[in-house]
Amino acid sequence: MSRIKLSDSAVETIKEVCMSFGNQEGELINVLHQVQDKLGYLPAEVQELVAQELNMSVAKVYGVVTFYSYFTMIPKGEFPISICMGTACYVRGAEQVLSEFKRQLKVEVGQTTPDGKFSLSCLRCVGTCGLSPVIMVGEKVYGRVSPQQVKQIIAEYQEGCPSHEAKSA
Amino acid sequence: MSEYNFQILVCGGTGCKASESEEIRSSFVNLLNEYGLEEEVQVVLTDCFGFCEKGPIVKMMPDKTVYVRVKPSDADEIIKEHIVKGNQVERLLYRDPVTGTVVRDRQHMEFYKKQIRIALRNCGFINPEEIDEYIAHDGYMALGTCLTEMKPMEVIEQIKKSGLRGRGGGGFPTGLKWEITAKVPGDQKYVVCNVDEGDPGAFMDRSILEGDPHTVIEAMIINGYCTGASKGLVYIRAEYPLAISRLKIALAQARAYGLLGDDILGSGFNFDIEIRYGAGAFVCGEETALIHSMEGCRGEPTFKPPFPSVSGYLGKPTNVNNVETYANIPVIINKGADWFASIGTEKSKGTKVFALAGKINNVGLIEVPLGTTLREVIYDIGGGIRGGKKFKAVQTGGPSGGMLTAEFLDTPIDYDNLLAAGSMMGSGGMIVMDEDDCMVAIAKFYLGFTVEESCGKCAPCRIGNKRLHEILERITDGKGEIQDLDRLFMLSNVIKDASLCGLGQTSPNPVLSSLKYFRQEYEAHVKASHCPAGQCKALVRYEVIEDKCTGCTLCFRNCPVGAITGEKREVHFIDQSLCIKCGVCFEKCKFGAILVS
Repeated sequence: MSRIKLSDSAVETIKEVCMSFGNQEGELINVLHQVQDKLGYLPAEVQELVAQELNMSVAKVYGVVTFYSYFTMIPKGEFPISICMGTACYVRGAEQVLSEFKRQLKVEVGQTTPDGKFSLSCLRCVGTCGLSPVIMVGEKVYGRVSPQQVKQIIAEYQEGCPSHEAKSA
Repeated sequence: MSEYNFQILVCGGTGCKASESEEIRSSFVNLLNEYGLEEEVQVVLTDCFGFCEKGPIVKMMPDKTVYVRVKPSDADEIIKEHIVKGNQVERLLYRDPVTGTVVRDRQHMEFYKKQIRIALRNCGFINPEEIDEYIAHDGYMALGTCLTEMKPMEVIEQIKKSGLRGRGGGGFPTGLKWEITAKVPGDQKYVVCNVDEGDPGAFMDRSILEGDPHTVIEAMIINGYCTGASKGLVYIRAEYPLAISRLKIALAQARAYGLLGDDILGSGFNFDIEIRYGAGAFVCGEETALIHSMEGCRGEPTFKPPFPSVSGYLGKPTNVNNVETYANIPVIINKGADWFASIGTEKSKGTKVFALAGKINNVGLIEVPLGTTLREVIYDIGGGIRGGKKFKAVQTGGPSGGMLTAEFLDTPIDYDNLLAAGSMMGSGGMIVMDEDDCMVAIAKFYLGFTVEESCGKCAPCRIGNKRLHEILERITDGKGEIQDLDRLFMLSNVIKDASLCGLGQTSPNPVLSSLKYFRQEYEAHVKASHCPAGQCKALVRYEVIEDKCTGCTLCFRNCPVGAITGEKREVHFIDQSLCIKCGVCFEKCKFGAILVS
């Protein structure tokens, strides 16, 4: 992976977050949550700086980042698309919906489209099983999605700004 | 609250929120203001009513009318008809799917008839963001009783006597766990609430926390009082933003009322609660893994003993309980251990919340007395199988459980019966499958989950489950051989025997139970390259039956990949090289002209 250089403001942000948790090693997960919240993702350079600030090994930080599915080392797209792969959604056809998204966006799960617009991921249960199969685009939940609707959902965001009236379910 | 003549309760659970319940609430409020009725009618955004299938749900008080699948645009009619004229809005009432008759209120809905709500008692009845509403429903009364009238050991005796067992899955007697933690000497102890609900398809804990956060807070304080802990920690999935925000509001309110902090209710007892965030790891539901995660480490389980009750968070005695377990505590104190123990079966007391989902008519959150049969849950409460299809199996206990067939429909649900049947209670996920589900593919689905979620510490779980998944993949791709069935069986048993924690020990359950009850399906895959349910894509082919095709073009118009060609009123054709086997043509065809082979 090519190295990126963290901007001064990013460095500042990370240091501030670490400081707000007293640079305590035990607060690593809380620190990572906040840093990811602010920077969007946790590339190697960010992890190195966090390790340095909390006075622990980079290996340990990396171990934690890769252990938990919530943390990501790849930048998410402008509109992150998550397909619920909980059992309820699975038995009501989530897999077909997922393969249609893969086909339309030409990316695999965990990848982002080259234009940075969409990223595709699976999640484990939104907890809205009554609406299954469910997908999320950002914070917005779409329920009872069929493979045929996929094209239209993507189109909503293609133009840049999603139409607020458009609502499935 | 009593100054209002009417109340409109709008479900604000995550499911209904996704279906615009927030907009419904605001259109009610706006219209009421416009009509000058805001003094008469109160609009409350409550939490989950449980009947998610028909959400968003709106309940009218005091007459308890239930409206289903409500849209923001329906608000006007509801106000004009129901509130002003006193007429129910017929078209929004629930219709019984079997009889087709209109059901006007909650008491007459089959969905609620067999339920007893203890843990969910306040969900959908109170505004979860108002501590006063909780207090008005006997909230914090149990805490008062415990702190002012009972000694810690007396409370523990009551919990033991009630027979309450851990609702997170294991079923360990709650009172005994408290007693052990209480008896371990230590200057600093912790109580932890486990909200790391990772079972896909289960959302009980989230709903309780969203709908009634104070009950969990109250029970944790009681837990702290009994065990001698001054600090409580809630370990919650970061993926539950609504539950987190409601919990934060509730904690602030409890502090403001002096129910958290120093010298609670003048008893001299000090206790406060902090929130810790999970980051998405199923294994963290296991208590030792959860504790490591709270310490900022990878959430890998460690060997027990020492149990967390002796050496847990930061090496201090720690009592870990699940949300639903806690939600039962205040009721046990208020109504008495004997009352609680009168519900349920001999060894499983009280009720259990289940997240009923899958191929069932009434998806939702239900709470039934232990000892209720699967048939009652699936057919009476769940309203039977969707689309009139045939029941095939029900999976309890999520990825750790097993599939139960029709022969278990009359088995009373309790911890021991489910274990004996090769499944488990688990946290309460209950996924119903019908004749269209391929059991081999379902087992593969669960194994895929386990492979992803295995923490990697034990080789049998890390490598073994991967191999299991590969074998299942081979079978569903039509490349399996009959010896694979024995390999699955042997490997599953090794993984069960040789893994450290509950995840590894139970992960092969879906394989073992499906092998046991649906062996013929496995055999069809490997011997005849045939998927009886028609689910395994590699083994399925969609073709047009020429005699039946009318050339209506419906399949052509719906095919997402343009694999179907044909002119109007002429026989259509499916190009097999383009077909992605999504099955849409089969679903859409009104003439049964698509052959699945």
